[in-house]
Amino acid sequence: MNEVIQAGGLTKTYPAGKARPPLRAVDGIDFAVRPGEVFGFLGPNGAGKTTTIRMLTGLTRPTSGSARIMGFDLAAEVTQIKKRIGVVPEASNLYDELTALDNLVFSMQLYGVPRRERRPRAEALLDRFRLGEKRDAPFAKLSRGMKRALTVAAALAHRPPLVFLDEPTTGLDVMSARSLRQMIAGLRDEGVTIFLTTHYLEEAERLCDRIAVIVRGRIVALDTVEALKAEAEEKTIVEVTLANPDGSQEKKRSECDDGVETAIQRALADAEGRRVLAVTTLRPSLEDVFVRLTGLSAEAMLAEKGGKGGGNAGG
Amino acid sequence: MLVDDLRGMFYIALKDLRAYYFKPPNISWGILFPFAFVLAFAIRNPGETLELVPGLLGLTILFGTSSMEAIVIVFERRIGSLERLMLAPIGLPALLAGKLLGGMTFGLTVTAVVLIIALAAFGIGGVNWLLLLLALLFSAAAFSALGAFVSVAVREVFEAQTLANFIRFPMMFLGGVFVPLAAMPPGLQAVARLLPLTYSVEALRAALDGRPLAHSLLDLAFLAGFACVLFGLAVRVMRNKQD
Repeated sequence: MNEVIQAGGLTKTYPAGKARPPLRAVDGIDFAVRPGEVFGFLGPNGAGKTTTIRMLTGLTRPTSGSARIMGFDLAAEVTQIKKRIGVVPEASNLYDELTALDNLVFSMQLYGVPRRERRPRAEALLDRFRLGEKRDAPFAKLSRGMKRALTVAAALAHRPPLVFLDEPTTGLDVMSARSLRQMIAGLRDEGVTIFLTTHYLEEAERLCDRIAVIVRGRIVALDTVEALKAEAEEKTIVEVTLANPDGSQEKKRSECDDGVETAIQRALADAEGRRVLAVTTLRPSLEDVFVRLTGLSAEAMLAEKGGKGGGNAGG
Repeated sequence: MLVDDLRGMFYIALKDLRAYYFKPPNISWGILFPFAFVLAFAIRNPGETLELVPGLLGLTILFGTSSMEAIVIVFERRIGSLERLMLAPIGLPALLAGKLLGGMTFGLTVTAVVLIIALAAFGIGGVNWLLLLLALLFSAAAFSALGAFVSVAVREVFEAQTLANFIRFPMMFLGGVFVPLAAMPPGLQAVARLLPLTYSVEALRAALDGRPLAHSLLDLAFLAGFACVLFGLAVRVMRNKQD
């Protein structure tokens, strides 16, 4: 199979600064991204996700290792690669002073889209991303969700077969995040290969065909969502709902490898005399897999990101 | 590849001119600032006003090309939009050359306005137009490269303004704008010979005096040298920071 991305031993070490030692941000990672898939790249802050994207998109040179993207060597043919990729960075970074339409046209000018195609294509993108009424509005005047949508549209303006999305829904309200996820799913349906980093595990679970988990610069797991979850199913997870004396409820989770009975006994041991309202056995979620691999809870991950809104992956 | 680079340069310059340069405050500031300086000097020395015209043009092109350019690159880096350009299929030198082209175009435009006013006031007899054009172009390239170098060397907009002024203001007083080089002490003359504005003002003065092109070839060569060295340094610093 012709992989869209084939990375081997990709490493990035930042040299020592005034008050910090050298930092190996990415440590010899190997992975392949297949044509037409949504490839999720998950990990806590500082794990090496953005550095990996920066290397693969030619923004920074790897310290060692190699990568081929759509058959082109990253070290020797970066311009060819840049022609064929679209990148949506973590922050929406179009030009405040230009209108929505002009931002798209400028993107196409940079990528050599023929003059006669620019305007119709820009209009079509604006309509597709529900920004038709804002075509003449300066980027600075758009809402956060609209800015994000326009940034995605700009990355697609030259019709790249591979798109990198770095935390696309971070900071968006629930509706904007949902709308953007639908757009991402639409791209996948069109055969665009997507490399997605996200802090939202439900989002990754919903959108990604395969997921790599990166921790401290190393990939610690890489598989389909179902396969990753199947590994975690060896554990039994029991959730007990307890009634507190003040009338409130509390949920306690217990995991163990020794079957349901032991898990329930452990959960009940935490009841401390409180009334048990419900006992539920749970299938492991991607969050459980993530917690096991990274040692970091999903809440902690969102908290360190300051994430809001987009965390609700409904839709 | 070359076509990609040339196209990228052109559209980056065009975008910068639309988005940042051709705004009323920039145009008025670019024209008024050198006039204000020269007017202040002319009031004190009324007999020497004509002598100040080359310096006025030199100052206009210095501030016109470098002021916004030093800020634009830092500003775009801060908001992340410079990264968009770095992701485009063009080389880093082409990206910076596009930035230079924008600064040069703006600087030459405001200088053209000042030139028209100066020529209307003092007459156009005996001007070597070819030398004048070359002096303006080479000056614009050198000062624009200076702006690019300043912008890639710093992190914040205020640092760019501080560094640019730290370089430009001494240059303004030592570059032969207000005081002819020959009237300076030998030590200051040596310092003045390290500044691109000196060569710019000398070439502009020669052009306005109608001297032949050969008279100013050395000045033009120095300006070209400053442009190349500063541009090369800017590319190198930016590449190092990128990694």
